[in-house]
Amino acid sequence: MPSKKMISTDILIIGAGPTGLFAVFEAGLLKLKCHIIDALPQPGGQLAELYPKKPIFDIPGFPSVLAGDLVTNLMEQIKQFQPGFTLNEKAETIEKQEDGTFIVTTNKGTKHHAKAVAIAGGLGSFEPRKPIIEDLEFYEDKGVEYFVKDPELFRDKRIVIAGGGDSALDWSIFLSDVAKEVTLVHRRNEFRGALDSVEKVQELKKQGKINLITPAEVTGIRGAEHVEELDIDHDGGHRTIKTDYFIPLFGLSPKLGAIANWGLEIEKNAIKVNNALDYQTNIEGIYAIGDINTYPGKLKLILCGFHEATLMCQSVYNKLNPGKKFVLKYTTVSGVDGFDGTRKEAEKQVVKAIE
Amino acid sequence: MADVTIKITDRDGVMHEVQAPTDMSMNIMEVVRAYELAPEGTIGVCGGMAMCASCQCYVLNDVELPEMGPDEDAMLAEAFYVKPNSRLGCQIPVTEDLEGLEIELAPES
Repeated sequence: MPSKKMISTDILIIGAGPTGLFAVFEAGLLKLKCHIIDALPQPGGQLAELYPKKPIFDIPGFPSVLAGDLVTNLMEQIKQFQPGFTLNEKAETIEKQEDGTFIVTTNKGTKHHAKAVAIAGGLGSFEPRKPIIEDLEFYEDKGVEYFVKDPELFRDKRIVIAGGGDSALDWSIFLSDVAKEVTLVHRRNEFRGALDSVEKVQELKKQGKINLITPAEVTGIRGAEHVEELDIDHDGGHRTIKTDYFIPLFGLSPKLGAIANWGLEIEKNAIKVNNALDYQTNIEGIYAIGDINTYPGKLKLILCGFHEATLMCQSVYNKLNPGKKFVLKYTTVSGVDGFDGTRKEAEKQVVKAIE
Repeated sequence: MADVTIKITDRDGVMHEVQAPTDMSMNIMEVVRAYELAPEGTIGVCGGMAMCASCQCYVLNDVELPEMGPDEDAMLAEAFYVKPNSRLGCQIPVTEDLEGLEIELAPES
């Protein structure tokens, strides 16, 4: 396989949550370019994945803002600094080079070369929550899938989806047009999802396009080298169902993952940083900002993450430009010059006599 | 307002008798975190929105608890290791009514 081109940047940010996104803005003011890696397919981290429709009341200046709107606003705020994104990939390894720069490689082999690394990973990368079924791991990639990455995989196949939330409903609906047979298994008769999704599944069930088994639970998997059959406890009884794929969709749970093996000092599932100065970790050039770091008095708040991101950028600037004179600029006074050639500035006042 | 005494058995089976304040609008999940009875990052992951079940606990005695809301009910329908006495700690506010409550943390999942 030909090696992929290396992505080059000044600051590589791991995690596209609010802290990571805002770091792009502060870095941009200092003419530093950023690239962001995130395990999820969209930016926003927890805010986009867990609670986009819920309000946040402690963002300074916003009496109330929906988490999803805050992400949209941050994306708009950093747009002119043209951040790069490697989404749907997890940072896996880090190699410090002799010149102090870093190469970070993702689980899909994408390589990033950066002068500094800022880990803004929140609670970690989101991993699927796996149901407790014997030999489940054995069947992973042999018929057990935790994500629908490529719907074509299921074309004309029999699939069983388990779960009672939005993703179970939405994928059942979508795949009912792709797969030969869709069965949805849930522990309750009630589903928790958007009203129109619930109604759509109801309709597809009536049309015979979705086979609904509730209240029920998948309790076993059988098959020689691939999923062939599932054991299901259904309303007190047992039954088996033949299938090609089993897709458990029980939500995601964050795990620190590979970052735990980077030689960083970890305490209480968080990365220890120097909060007296710049939120740098025990490895020079690697910073940790936002919910993923810890220090005496740490508070896991978005507004604290913004502050930490700002100091991190200043530290990187000083490291990359040793001895270079620099004064803090106010955006109101200096405006914002984007890497895309745009300029934002305060409207000039007029000086004119009033007669 | 007085503190209440709650007995919490952690995931290693160790029982802790803790004092929980009733005047700080805390919930059971936050009490567990405040006393560090489960490692950070393994409890209260969603912050207390009944969206992750990382604070699932088993209620061991018959102290009367607030009724389960639809969010908690739906989350428990998707959680693992659920038993008839399962509740989400984040949905149980600490009030004087909780005096003497005994709970056990469900396994991490």
